Amino acid sequence: MKPEEHTVRRQELAGWLITIETYKLGDTYYCTIANVDPGARFARADGATRDEAERRALEKAERYLAQTRKFPVS
Amino acid sequence: MPSSNRTRLEPVLPSHPHEVDAGGASRGNMTGESEGLMAYTLPNVLVTTDWVAQHAGDTGVRVVEVDVDTAAYDQGHVPGAAGWNWTTELCDTVVRDIVPVTKLEELLGRTGIDNKTVIVLYGDNNNWFAAWAFWQLKIYGHDDVRIMDGGRKKWLAEGRELNNDKASFPTKTYKAKAPDLSIRAFLPEVQQAMQKKSASLVDVRSPQEFTGEILAPPGLPETCQRGGHIPGAKNIPWAKACNDDGTFKSYEELKALYDAQGVTEDKPVIAYCRIGERSSHTWFVLKYLLGFNNVKNYDGSWTEWGNLVGAPVEKP
Repeated sequence: MKPEEHTVRRQELAGWLITIETYKLGDTYYCTIANVDPGARFARADGATRDEAERRALEKAERYLAQTRKFPVS
Repeated sequence: MPSSNRTRLEPVLPSHPHEVDAGGASRGNMTGESEGLMAYTLPNVLVTTDWVAQHAGDTGVRVVEVDVDTAAYDQGHVPGAAGWNWTTELCDTVVRDIVPVTKLEELLGRTGIDNKTVIVLYGDNNNWFAAWAFWQLKIYGHDDVRIMDGGRKKWLAEGRELNNDKASFPTKTYKAKAPDLSIRAFLPEVQQAMQKKSASLVDVRSPQEFTGEILAPPGLPETCQRGGHIPGAKNIPWAKACNDDGTFKSYEELKALYDAQGVTEDKPVIAYCRIGERSSHTWFVLKYLLGFNNVKNYDGSWTEWGNLVGAPVEKP
């Protein structure tokens, strides 16, 4: 099988830039979300449609990002 | 390899004791003959996606996927590739340390790898953890390890074949060499380097981690008590070494990147990040693509330094 409908895009979520990568393998869509800097994957989900996979991954990502604290830098 | 490229390559290529026994993978064409790859100091540590597509199944070659996302391999991988899990298979799961020698020998043996196998590593996120595996394989003295330039990202973007079969291999016997600790830095050496300014300290984390604005990459658990960086360290984020398609930047671009921060070959370099994996990527770039002789990866990194009682911290 070959990956189909492969897309990578960036957007802001909860104040952070993230990368959303989605592709279809067989009958399943896979979505992976990574922070832009340094690029670590921290949420993923799959689904029967692109929208479902991305929605589920974004929900997880938002939850995890809410736990990232920012400290003042002098 | 075209004769026009040989002049540049011959002085720097290490010997290949099994030059002719890698099945169809003739040594003269091990990188895929990309002009871009040939410009690096040690170009034979990289292969192209084209080369992997043609040679992944060759006798004497084993392709291995190592991802940040440990579920990615099961979704689909290069046909015939093995998959290693960095959280369980490339570390000591009891003591904080790299993979113990006996565990590595067992892992390689059941992956069908012996001491003469050409190991081609690739992974997600610009080969982040492929570089981590590369560094450990070099510590244990494996002769021929290569990285697929662009990694999983490029393979997917090119729409290449994947399968999700769990590959199995005939077990082989692997005997690791004594660990080469000349490429690994431990805390006392880093403390001395900071105090005496005897090495360039390169912090490859993001600028926000470097300044202490955040304690871990966004979305990941915090793993240190204090933010900031080792005094005197230069911040050169690891991913600056890569193009958008995941491939490594050219020799000239990489040299300019490190030159601009005063990180040059005439002084030892110690790279660090949070847990030592991003910095293994930078170690690979400095050691093999730019040809620095004395470069070490400090795998204790910020999760060690940033948790030490009394350790000096610089902010921002």
